[in-house]
Amino acid sequence: MTVFVIRRFLQSIAVLAVTAIIVFIGVYAIGDPAEMLIAPDASAAERAQVVASLGLDKPLWEQFGTFIWNALHGDLGRSFVFNRPSITLILERLPATLELTLFGLCLALIIGIPLGLISGLNPNTATDEVIMTGSILGFSLPSFWQGMMLIMIFSVWLGWLPSTGRGQVGELLGIHSSLFTLDGLKHLILPAINLSLFKVSLVIRLTRTGVRETMPLDFVKFARAKGLSENRIVFVHVFKNILIPLITVIGLELGSMLAFAVVTETIFAWPGIGKLLIDSIMRLDRPVVVAYLLVIVSLFIFINFVVDVLYSLVDPRVRIGEAS
Amino acid sequence: MSITALFRDDVMLGRLIVGISRSPKAILASVVCVVLLLAAIVGPYLTPQNPFDLAVLDILDSKLPPGSESMDGLVYWLGTDGQGRDMFSAMIYGLRTSLGVGVFSGMVALLVGTVLGLIAAYFGGRIDALIMRIVDLMLGFPTILVALMLLALLGQGLWKVIFALVLVQWATFARAVRSAALVEKNKDYIEAARTLGISTPRILIGHLLPNCLPPLIVIGMLQVANAISAEATLSFLGIGLPITEPSLGLLIANGYQLLMSGEYWISVYPGVLLLVLVFSINIVGDRLREVLNPRLGER
Repeated sequence: MTVFVIRRFLQSIAVLAVTAIIVFIGVYAIGDPAEMLIAPDASAAERAQVVASLGLDKPLWEQFGTFIWNALHGDLGRSFVFNRPSITLILERLPATLELTLFGLCLALIIGIPLGLISGLNPNTATDEVIMTGSILGFSLPSFWQGMMLIMIFSVWLGWLPSTGRGQVGELLGIHSSLFTLDGLKHLILPAINLSLFKVSLVIRLTRTGVRETMPLDFVKFARAKGLSENRIVFVHVFKNILIPLITVIGLELGSMLAFAVVTETIFAWPGIGKLLIDSIMRLDRPVVVAYLLVIVSLFIFINFVVDVLYSLVDPRVRIGEAS
Repeated sequence: MSITALFRDDVMLGRLIVGISRSPKAILASVVCVVLLLAAIVGPYLTPQNPFDLAVLDILDSKLPPGSESMDGLVYWLGTDGQGRDMFSAMIYGLRTSLGVGVFSGMVALLVGTVLGLIAAYFGGRIDALIMRIVDLMLGFPTILVALMLLALLGQGLWKVIFALVLVQWATFARAVRSAALVEKNKDYIEAARTLGISTPRILIGHLLPNCLPPLIVIGMLQVANAISAEATLSFLGIGLPITEPSLGLLIANGYQLLMSGEYWISVYPGVLLLVLVFSINIVGDRLREVLNPRLGER
């Protein structure tokens, strides 16, 4: 187990290093870092001073060393627009994004699992057909357009829910979240639905496949022979077996939802890191863009690492298979 | 191959066609796909105006609701956008761009992925390990995240978008080809070809590849749908195609600001077209996957 965790950890570090190199190449080698990292309205003297302080006159490998050294110390440059460290800007907005993502994930599970169960337990019926076609529709809907339609229907036409912003943030046990106020919840619902719809389809399909693959197995027949009720078989025994692939995929999808939050936050003007990224790209605020990329990739690699370790706890075949 | 072979169950392509013909939903979706593809190809002959010829646009015609008539008697069935463009014409041109980018990047990714997948499977050993490591790394990251990273660093542009789409898609093809080829390469016909002294490239392309094609067709379709969606999303965010190459995503983005003031048609209709396009490709792809994967049974 320890060996597996250590090996997996080293792999994560390696991936992170590769990403850092790619981002470094993207900023320093392909583009002109002076142009990217110095505000466009800087004077020649300021420019020369920044070039010297960033060490842009030094050889490339030395610059890379400085870049990594600074990054390890949490220094990812200063935003041109806000004139504050870009990492602070990101950390300030991270809670809003995490809140949106986690709430969206819960929605995906609450809606997706029951539908997947219904579909899997009644294969090849009209209900199954409707749910499965609906799930294809779900992942064919371009997420940004779907969000606009939600705004059009529920905000512009019906006027039920607000279309932009985060609303009031409440506090419970020291945690700040919009989940604790009615206004906050109202603001959260549409963005969360927008973000989750794609994942609902995925959860439906995974659950359905899981049910259909598990139901014909011997242990189910045995449970029936033992006289267990069908409900107990489905919700206790079969469900447990479906959970394993579901947990892995959910973990991985959390990362993809963090990335997709960029779209949702742009449409609903949700003040998270995704909106910050797009705003920064538009304003040519490159230090923030670089910082966002490094933070989101680190986060993503961390999630993957945790999922893999959890998975190996649930299913020992994974770590044994990898060792051999 | 004769025409009858297309409908024989033991020929792979035949099985796919029979599979589609047994599902009314899939037939309908295939028809929609073909119609949209044709509309994109003959586009300029179909549209009442060239939406990018500034000489024919009249700013007085801007934001007209669907069904309005212009000064010179042209009816805007789907309304006009902020610049007075006929939405129907703009959508057909957008469809051309969207489909073009999606299909082209899908084909390039298929080519790159197939070559690398075949090499990995046929030679095995270190080459295989190296290629598959990279594939795993690529597949570990969500498509949209990689594309975002790339375009955030490179800036927008047609070829940059295509590059990003190829980069995020090739790994899926490589993995599929490799696993199909691993099964095939141990079969007798490959051994026979080798004994006959046929060169390695010819074995790979002439013998191994044709037998790995069926799963590739399915993945290819689903990937094209993904690519079209991804491009639209990136363009909507303002980091995809430039304003000079208006895809469906950009058309929708243009209508976004006007949505609040009630001019719904500028973003709704291009969106519906995008949805119909992606949805029907996915339906056909999904049906083909079921046909190829009999483990889940005939539905």
